[in-house]
Amino acid sequence: MRADLELIYDWVPQGAHVLDLACGDGALLESLARNKDVTGYGLEIDPDGITQCVARGVNVIEHNLDDGLASFCDHSYDQVIMTQALQALRRPDKMLDEMLRVANEGIITFPNFAYWRHRVYLGLRGYMPVSKSLPHAWYDTPNIHLSTFNDFEQLCREKGLVIVDRAVGVGERRGHWTSKWWPNLFGEIAIFRVRRR
Amino acid sequence: MPDSDTLAFADRPTGSVGLVTPHIAQFDTPLALACGKVLPEYELIYETYGTLNAERSNAVLICHALSGHHHAAGYHSQDDRKPGWWDDHIGPGKSIDTNRFFVVSLNNLGGCHGSTGPVSHNPETGRQWGPEFPIVTVSDWVASQARLADHLGIERWAAAVGGSLGGMQVLQWTITYPERVANAVVIAATPRLSAQNIAFNEVARQAIRSDPDFFGGWYAEHDTVPKRGLKLARMIGHITYLSEDAMGSKFGRDLRSDDLNFGFDVEFQVESYLRYQGDTFSTAFDANTYLLMTKALDYFDPASLADGDLAKALAPAQCPFLIVSFTTDWRFPPARSRELVDALTRAGKAVSYANIESPHGHDAFLLPDPRYQALFSAFMNRTARELGLEETR
Repeated sequence: MRADLELIYDWVPQGAHVLDLACGDGALLESLARNKDVTGYGLEIDPDGITQCVARGVNVIEHNLDDGLASFCDHSYDQVIMTQALQALRRPDKMLDEMLRVANEGIITFPNFAYWRHRVYLGLRGYMPVSKSLPHAWYDTPNIHLSTFNDFEQLCREKGLVIVDRAVGVGERRGHWTSKWWPNLFGEIAIFRVRRR
Repeated sequence: MPDSDTLAFADRPTGSVGLVTPHIAQFDTPLALACGKVLPEYELIYETYGTLNAERSNAVLICHALSGHHHAAGYHSQDDRKPGWWDDHIGPGKSIDTNRFFVVSLNNLGGCHGSTGPVSHNPETGRQWGPEFPIVTVSDWVASQARLADHLGIERWAAAVGGSLGGMQVLQWTITYPERVANAVVIAATPRLSAQNIAFNEVARQAIRSDPDFFGGWYAEHDTVPKRGLKLARMIGHITYLSEDAMGSKFGRDLRSDDLNFGFDVEFQVESYLRYQGDTFSTAFDANTYLLMTKALDYFDPASLADGDLAKALAPAQCPFLIVSFTTDWRFPPARSRELVDALTRAGKAVSYANIESPHGHDAFLLPDPRYQALFSAFMNRTARELGLEETR
């Protein structure tokens, strides 16, 4: 599993009912269901991802996240997980509201735009950053709302949300010790666990 | 153990179940219908493909749509031009893989392809049932299908599968006999008809009933058939099965000849196509059956029996569901499937849903499509894996 998914795996409690937004091939939900008796659904828009989920026996619903979560009732899930999709949404702030309407807790991961390699790309070389976590060119990227650890924390403050946990992912590994102290500089992937106050 | 109908068919196309022969099951136990009437006895015609395993755990039920029947796959004779109506999806190596599954496909009660229906003999009156054949509902069909399952010694279906009206029967199975369905596949269906759907059905019924040859449904006794009515009904139906784009790309505004002839004969290709479809259907299908089938569609509304709450109606269901819709289906649009999916998630049921990109409208459920087939196969393979099914041939 991807490094950020391994961390999230540990954050999901035994027997939880979860919604996994942009669940991809369903790997996270499959291992959560198998080892932690977790139930719930993945939402996905990619046809191949959906077929892979079905093949694994993961419940998956074709759904465009930009349509919101109106079809899901208030407080109907324990957790809503969204990995690597926040930055591709039309309105990430509204999705955050929606996630915490549907569940008590949200887990969110996204590429940190302030990662030092990105800063070098833009600050020194003068190009839009391209990296493992941001693999697209500026003109064809689905990532239309890039942000940083600091940006996300500020949005949580404005919304009055509690940050329960914060972690850092770098590439395929978990964060180097430096990223723990200076996540906004050394963290490639931002990982947050948030709740309503 | 029932034998497979599949015979060796020397030059059968690969992936075909080959030559098949229908069977008839007779039922003497009276069947109480939703309308209050009782059918004292009846017959169901069905076909099977593949081999039932020793545990009888690999049976898949196919439920047919409005004008469908039991002949879903394979050929009745070496001279058949076309295979059964769902041959693209049933056969060795296909989505419903007959190397693993034992497929049962029947003609529903009230049908006109061999099961007891309006064209059958009414033992009480000594004449054809005709318009006196009771109106049957989706629940009635499911009850009769359960008796067919008993007859075949099938305790529980590995999967119940259906498109359109067939999908509604699958839904009803999961509500009425939840313990007898291990998996449910509901394709291009809806939990209830919209006012527009009912309106189209009513136009079709009026076309049939206002045909001077209809004789209040006793046309057989007048040695005639309400061909014009049936033709119109089919033409209207056919328009709703295709998408605007599909019709546009198939026919556009093409003319049959080079010039306009300023008359009312067939000029546009689309007119010719619709007339051909209508003509073919009007001699092959029974008008009273058509009326019954459209009524079964109109009446289906499981939520109405659960305070209008579809999630509550589906509460008894126990099995995983696969729900599939098609982007250009405007007869039962993706939003209707999504309604069903949302009710299932609210009820906490195992469900997966895909909305397949297709230009073919409602008819897409009958046609091959790489994504549709990959998804359908993935679900059926998982079903086989979970039930521990091995290849039976």
